[in-house]
Amino acid sequence: MSLYMDVIIAGFGGQGVMLIGNLLAYAAMEQGLNITYIPVYGPEMRGGTANCTVVVAQEDIGSPIISRPKSLIVMNQPSLDKFQPKLEDDGVLILNSCLVRAEDAQPRVRAFCVPANEIANRIGSIKMANMVALGAYVAATGIVPLEAVKKSLGNVVPAHYAHLIPKNEACLQAGYDCIRA
Amino acid sequence: MNVACDIELQRKLTPGPDETLVFDAPKSLVDTPMHFCPGCQHGLIHRIVARTLDDMGLQERAIAVGSVGCSVFVYRYISMDCVEAPHGRATAVATGVKRARPGNFVYTFQGDGDLAAIGTAEAIHAANRGERISVIFVNNTTYGMTGGQMAPTTLLGQKTTTCVKGRERETAGAPIRMAELMAQLDGVAFSARVAVNSVKNIRKAEKAVRRAFEVQEQGLGFGFVEFLSTCPTNWRLDPIKANERVETEMIPCFPLGVFKEMGE
Amino acid sequence: MADAVQKKFIKGNEAIVYGALDAGCECYFAYPITPQNDIPELMSALLPERGGSFVQAESEVASANMLLGAAACGARSCTSSSSPGISLMQEAISYLAGSELPTVIVNMNRGGPGLGNLGPSQGDYFQAVKGGGHGDYRTLVLAPASGQECYDMMIEAFDLAFKYRNPVLVLGDSTVGQMKEPVVMRGPAPRNDYGAEDWRLEGARGRSPRLLKSLFLEDNSLGEHNRKLAEKYEAMQKEARAETFATEDAELVVVAFGVIGRIAKSAVRELRARGFKVGLVRPQTLYPFPSALLADLARKGRDIGRHFLTIEHNCGQMVEDVRLAVRRDADSAFFGYMPGDMPSSDDFIGPILEALENRNESKEHKE
Repeated sequence: MSLYMDVIIAGFGGQGVMLIGNLLAYAAMEQGLNITYIPVYGPEMRGGTANCTVVVAQEDIGSPIISRPKSLIVMNQPSLDKFQPKLEDDGVLILNSCLVRAEDAQPRVRAFCVPANEIANRIGSIKMANMVALGAYVAATGIVPLEAVKKSLGNVVPAHYAHLIPKNEACLQAGYDCIRA
Repeated sequence: MNVACDIELQRKLTPGPDETLVFDAPKSLVDTPMHFCPGCQHGLIHRIVARTLDDMGLQERAIAVGSVGCSVFVYRYISMDCVEAPHGRATAVATGVKRARPGNFVYTFQGDGDLAAIGTAEAIHAANRGERISVIFVNNTTYGMTGGQMAPTTLLGQKTTTCVKGRERETAGAPIRMAELMAQLDGVAFSARVAVNSVKNIRKAEKAVRRAFEVQEQGLGFGFVEFLSTCPTNWRLDPIKANERVETEMIPCFPLGVFKEMGE
Repeated sequence: MADAVQKKFIKGNEAIVYGALDAGCECYFAYPITPQNDIPELMSALLPERGGSFVQAESEVASANMLLGAAACGARSCTSSSSPGISLMQEAISYLAGSELPTVIVNMNRGGPGLGNLGPSQGDYFQAVKGGGHGDYRTLVLAPASGQECYDMMIEAFDLAFKYRNPVLVLGDSTVGQMKEPVVMRGPAPRNDYGAEDWRLEGARGRSPRLLKSLFLEDNSLGEHNRKLAEKYEAMQKEARAETFATEDAELVVVAFGVIGRIAKSAVRELRARGFKVGLVRPQTLYPFPSALLADLARKGRDIGRHFLTIEHNCGQMVEDVRLAVRRDADSAFFGYMPGDMPSSDDFIGPILEALENRNESKEHKE
């Protein structure tokens, strides 16, 4: 079967889940793949819940809405509680173990616990925990090359944060190494 | 009276070698019988507008926006491009025309039900945006075409088919004064109220229309002229009494004058 | 203009704007309403840069009438809104149709009736395809299911509007508007005004004055006008178009439009993989409706007892047109997903299997 992957990325508003959803989409687009990206916001801009669904496929994408995702990136505990039950058996789960209880990961899924906040903090700022999680996701799924993700940073990082791109790259790499090492 | 004959007669009235032409029909006015009732002043207002368009050389550049009411047949009487607007929407349509063709001269011809009731929002906001359009607003204190119902401009105590005992302030509010209201808006470059009940007032009306057209041409903003006009049929008055009513009842409620004028 | 081609990862609402601009849109008038505010926001930034005119109107009543004025001048004009705002535009749409003026109106359908909610819905199908305002008229209706179609259909919409001198509606929903996808943009599209120079208003210089109106008071003139309009609507029928998928041997054909159509496609794909003979028709034009295509599918599927299932994001509107189209040879069942949130393909699997089951039963019954 041709390449197909879908992912729900969820967390608090402000954790940058939409940003890494976009980043993954750009990287996939650079690889010549089809993508759909749908954001879902809670009523609050910050501190509320936020999630997005990204579908990546070689053939044209039917539904952009996914009820049983093949993979999941959760940045906080409520997101795990909400989305893990929907994750397919053997689905990939990237879990930010700094804010999510690792022991809550179900044995039926392929869970990868990543201390994303801690790693990001060590590199520069916990604001880049999202990048660590995405790096880990790319390592766990192989959906796109890590280099493609790094190259796409310029598309999603606002111009006034462009000087932070090297640190974002370092976080992506650290997340990746966390799984592949 | 044979109208066609009368027009024929008029055509023959070309000045001889020792004569001077002091009055003729404007070129922009179509030589055709009008549907207006005897004593109605719409025809006179059309003539003033057409004369001004001629004098300013605007006819070939003008796009008129028609409205709904007795004013609906503007396209029959004015010889220029015209688009018909839904009831009350003429200033919105004129906005679209002017935005699409800023080089053209654009004006609307609207009655009181059209501009001051159903189309108030469109009129006020086009004015407030300072659209470079000119509005000729005819206030005859009633809905003429639909049979004389109460208008937003109907005078207190005036009897109409929907206020048979006369308009009451308590239930229907008081007449709305559009020229003064328009003058409050920054986008309006010229706002005046005129009447055509006397030669003196007609002269002032001609000046006001010219100024309302000039502010558009000069890019100063929205030009607005409110005409007080008669409706003998629905007022149940003969044309002479109707003309007198303009002076005795309308002008006291709707004072004539220029309420706003921006200089170039 | 090969160098003008670019691929961007954008929202459907943004694709609407780029499509309109590449179609040569000169005037855009609108009033804000969720969930399509990306459109006026982006338009306000881009259109004036290109020499066009942007007006934030005081209401949708006004914005639609501004279209009437700009369209009368032969300008390429456009507005966008969502359901409650589109209701307010119906007066002007009727006048635009009556006066035969070309314009493009985008409706990012939200839940109704009344204020409804901000979620996606297909509740405006009837309003869009059956006229919407007063009088005997039709508007062309295009239904995008993706960002790419948002872009392409805007270009097509402007072309059809001038080709037929008629308003064209682009009916999306909040999902297609908010979803981001890669969209290939080809730069300025070739422009054909189909002889607009013969009717548009520009001032009567060196010619007799022109009049654009929908008032026909003289004896028989309105009848003649309506007949002429009807002939035009008949001529539009050839523009009907739909995406078909796996219909060749399908025992059950799902009919669904817009994003619901692509979600249904996922369900159809999954069921095909499980061995069920199901297919999909996704109408891309809702008026004209692809009736001939559906009738043909029904006729050719008679031998295998082919039936239809219409899936909509409402309580059943397009299903009436599907039933009309296939009535000689088949019928259509209906599944309605209620507005408010989006279904996933899982939500359609059950109803499709049920319709397939019922079809088998009725087939056995006949035998």
